[in-house]
Amino acid sequence: MKPFTYERATSPAGAAAAVARTPGAKFIAGGTNLLDLMKLQIEAPTHLIDVNGLSLDRIEPTPEGGLRIGALVRNTDLAADARIRRDYGVLARALLAGASGQLRNKATTAGNLLQRTRCPYFYDTNMPCNKRQPGSGCAAIGGITRQLAVIGVSEACIATNPSDMAVAMRVLDAVVETVRPDGSTRRIPIEEFHRLPGETPHIETALEPGELITAVTLPPPVGGTQIYRKVRDRASYAFALVSVGAIVQRDGTARVALGGVAHKPWRVEAAEAEIPRGAKAAAEAMLADARPTHDNAFKIPLVERTLGAVLAEARG
Amino acid sequence: MQFDTPATTNPIDQLKVVGKPLDRIDGPLKTTGRAPYAYEHHDAVRDPAYGYVIGAGIAKGRITGMDLSAARAAPGVLAIVTAENAGPLGKGQWNTAKLLGGPEIDHYHQAIGVVVAETFEQARAAASLVRVDYAAAEGAFDLAAARDSAKKVDQSATAVGDFEGAFAAAPVQLDATYTTPDQSHAMMEPHASIAAWDGDRLVVWTSNQMVNWSTGDLARTLNMPKEKVRLISPFVGGGFGGKLFLRTDALLAALGARAARRPVKIALARPLMMNNTTHRPATIQRIRIGAGQDGRITAIAHESWSGDQPGGQPEIAADQTRLLYAGANRLTQLRLAVLDLPEGNAMRAPGEAPGLMALEIAMDEMAEKLGIDPIEFRISNDTQVDPNNPDRPFSQRQLVECLRIGAERFGWDRRNARPGQARDGRWLTGMGVAAAFRNNLVMKSGARVRLDSRGEVTVETDMTDIGTGSYTIIAQTAAEMMGVGMDKVTVRLGDSSFPVSAGSGGQWGANSSTAGVYAACVKLRDAVAQKVGFNSADAVFADGQVRAGNRSVPHPVELRSRKLSIPISVGPGTAPTFLYSPIRMLHFRLFGRMVVQGRFSHPDHQRRVRLTP
Repeated sequence: MKPFTYERATSPAGAAAAVARTPGAKFIAGGTNLLDLMKLQIEAPTHLIDVNGLSLDRIEPTPEGGLRIGALVRNTDLAADARIRRDYGVLARALLAGASGQLRNKATTAGNLLQRTRCPYFYDTNMPCNKRQPGSGCAAIGGITRQLAVIGVSEACIATNPSDMAVAMRVLDAVVETVRPDGSTRRIPIEEFHRLPGETPHIETALEPGELITAVTLPPPVGGTQIYRKVRDRASYAFALVSVGAIVQRDGTARVALGGVAHKPWRVEAAEAEIPRGAKAAAEAMLADARPTHDNAFKIPLVERTLGAVLAEARG
Repeated sequence: MQFDTPATTNPIDQLKVVGKPLDRIDGPLKTTGRAPYAYEHHDAVRDPAYGYVIGAGIAKGRITGMDLSAARAAPGVLAIVTAENAGPLGKGQWNTAKLLGGPEIDHYHQAIGVVVAETFEQARAAASLVRVDYAAAEGAFDLAAARDSAKKVDQSATAVGDFEGAFAAAPVQLDATYTTPDQSHAMMEPHASIAAWDGDRLVVWTSNQMVNWSTGDLARTLNMPKEKVRLISPFVGGGFGGKLFLRTDALLAALGARAARRPVKIALARPLMMNNTTHRPATIQRIRIGAGQDGRITAIAHESWSGDQPGGQPEIAADQTRLLYAGANRLTQLRLAVLDLPEGNAMRAPGEAPGLMALEIAMDEMAEKLGIDPIEFRISNDTQVDPNNPDRPFSQRQLVECLRIGAERFGWDRRNARPGQARDGRWLTGMGVAAAFRNNLVMKSGARVRLDSRGEVTVETDMTDIGTGSYTIIAQTAAEMMGVGMDKVTVRLGDSSFPVSAGSGGQWGANSSTAGVYAACVKLRDAVAQKVGFNSADAVFADGQVRAGNRSVPHPVELRSRKLSIPISVGPGTAPTFLYSPIRMLHFRLFGRMVVQGRFSHPDHQRRVRLTP
C-alpha cells in the first residue's frame, strides 16, 4: 500500500470538487473493494476523501411513488428494508445472494455499483491486464476463464461484473443520481451506467472524474413475481457463474437481466418479447452474439436452464 | 516403553476423567483472544521488524536480474534478503523445492526474497519496488498432458493374483477414469513466524504441526546444529497437513532477522498461500472392477497419476483400494509425472480424499451395472482380513454394521433407485452412500510429566494442538493416571525444548501423544510408589492420594521436595493400550460411512448434500 492522505468530506458537491482538483484522489465509503485493491497496489490513491459522513444513508419515497436510496445505505440495511422486501423483492434477494454478512454490513449502495469489474488476472500483479495497466495485454484470454464473460467481450478484456445488486437494479430500471465537481447534478439510467470493455476496459462506468453518486432511485413498483437466482461453484461467498434476476407478470411477460456473463449486468429488452415462448428462445435472443471460451461455453446452456427454472418457479 | 501386547487392566479403565465430556481447557484462552498464535507473541520479543515475502512472478525459468535499489531506499527498510545474499543454504528433508528460490525458479510464487522494514506497511510497500527481470522457460503444468511421461512408483503398489486375466473373464466389468483438480490450503491462520537470534542460537515462534521435523529442517537449511534451533508453536490456527513442514515464513524470518539484527515477524500474504505452500495435487484415476453376476468382486484395480516437482511424491490415491473390499485378483499402481506446479503434499486425508471419491463412485457405477443395491454390493464384498494377505486380520472392522445402521437411520428402504423420481419443491432429492476409512497410524511419542510439591501435575511435550483438542486429552490422560482433578494439571505443548512427540498429522496425533503421556505417567507412578514405600503394583492413585491396602499417603506432602522428569517413548507400529487393545500384527483402521441425501436442482444443476444424523 502506498502512503496516502485522508480527509472527511462535508458536502457531496464539495467532495466531488475535492476529488476533481486533487491528483490521485478517490472517494472511500465502505472500502470493501478499494482497501483490498490498495493492499495489492492495484489501486494506489494518494488521497482518500471519506464520504461516510454525508448523510446519504436514507431510503425515502419519491413523488412518483418509487424509492430513493441514499448512496451510503448499507447493503444489509437495504436488503432488510420492509418497502424493498415488499415491492422490490428481486433487489432484496440479489443483495442477500452477494458477498458475506460482514461485507454487506460495510458495503454501500453506491460502492456496490462501483466495485471493480474484475477477473483473477486483474488481481495478480505479475500478469498483464489491460484493466490494471492499459495496453499491457490480457492474460485471461487464453488463460483460465471459467468465471469470465461470454458476451460483450472485446480483444482487450473478458472480465465480469461481479455485482448481484446491479443485476437487480438493471431489471428494476433504476436511475443513478450524481453530483459533479461543478455542483451540477444528473440522472444516469442504470443501463447506461456500466460500460462494456471495448478498447478501454479500465473505464467501467459513465461517471466523469470527481462525479459522486448521491442516490439510486427506483421507479414505482411493477409487481409481478420477483426472483433472483444465482448459480455458483460454492453455495456461499462466491461470484455467480450465471445469475438471473427476473420480474415475471401473470400474463407471462417478464423482464430479465443476467449476471456473471458480461462486463456489466446483461439485459436485452428486445429479447424479453421471446419470454412467453420459453426460456430457450429468450436465452438465445439474449446471448445471440455470445463469444464464449472453451472453459466457459457451459454458461450458454446454463443461462437457458437457469432462466427456465426461474420461469417455472414464477409459474408456481 | 513398548505397547506390543494386549492391554490389561490399567488406571485409564477408571474413566473418572478420560471419556468425560469436558470443555476444552484451552477454550477460554481462544474465545477471549489470549491464545497467542504465531504472529501474536507480542511479549516474546522486543521491537520486532516486519518481513514481506516476494513471490516469483513466473512459473518456470530464471531470474536474470534483481534491482533492489529503490526498495533499499524506501522508508523504514532494514534489510533485503535474496538467494544471492543469503549465504549458502541447505535444503530440508521434507520440502521438495527450495524455500528461497533464485536464480532458478521452480514454481510460481516461489519465495525469491524478503524485505524487512520497521513496519509491515513499509515492508510491503518496499517489496513492490523490487524490480525482477526473468527469463521465463516453458514448463509442464497440465497433468493430462504429462500423463504418458509419468513413472511408476513403488509406494502403494499391489499385484495379487492375475488381475488382467480375471478382469477379462469377469461377466460384468467397469473401466472408468476419474479426475480431481489441484486444491489449495487456505487455513484461517496463514503460515507465520517470528524469529529472534541470540548469538548463534535461534528461536522461532511459528505455526507448525510437527515441531521436531521442522526444527531439524530449519537447522539443516541454515547449516547449523539442531541443538541451537528452538521452535515454539503452542497454538496452530488450522494446519490440515499444510503446516507439517518447514516453510518459507520460518526460514525467511530467520534470515531476515540475521540480516536486520532484529527479531523479524512474517506472515504469508493470502495470495501466497495458494502457490508458495504445499497443495493437494490433481489426480487422474483409472479404476477397473470385474465381478460375477452374483455381485462378488473377482478383480479390482486402481491406478492413479499425479504430478510433482522433480524429486517429489505422488498423491497416494490408490491406497485404500488395497484394503476396502474383497477380491482375489488385485492391482494398485501409482504413477508420478514431473510438473512445475508448486509442490504437492498432504492436505486433509491425503490420498484417501481423492482416492475414496473415485473408488466409491466406481462402486456405485458397478452396483448399477449389476442391478444390485449399492449398500448390499458393498456388504457382499466386505473383508475381515487384508485381501492381499489373508493371514492378516483387522483388529476390528465394522463396516457392515456401519452401513446397516446408516441405512436404517436414513430410511434407505424408502429410497427410489431410479434417478429424478423424488422431488421437494425445486429440488430433486435422492440418497446415496459411500464407505470411508482411514489408516490408523501410530508414531513414537515422548512426554515429560512432573508432580510438584503442591500436588500439581505438569506435562511437557512438543505435541501440537491444531484445533484438535490435544491440550485437553493430554490433561485428561495425566489426571486419570495420577489420580488428580483436571484443575491440577498443566499441559505445555509445541516447544522443541520438550520431549519429541508424534506431532499432529496423518491421524496419529491423539493416539500416539496420549500413549506417550500414559507411559510417562506409569514411570512417574512407579517412582512415587517407591518413594513412599509402596509396591508399585498395589499403589492406587486417587483423590490426590496414593493408597496401598489400608495405608494412604497424600502425595503432595510426601513429595514436597521431589521433582521427577521421565521422558518415555512409545515404540513404532504400536498403539496405546487403553484405546485400542492392540496386537502388533493387526491392522488398525478407522472406518466410517456416509449415507447422504442429495438435493439436485433441476434444471440449473445446483447441488446440496445432507449427511446422516
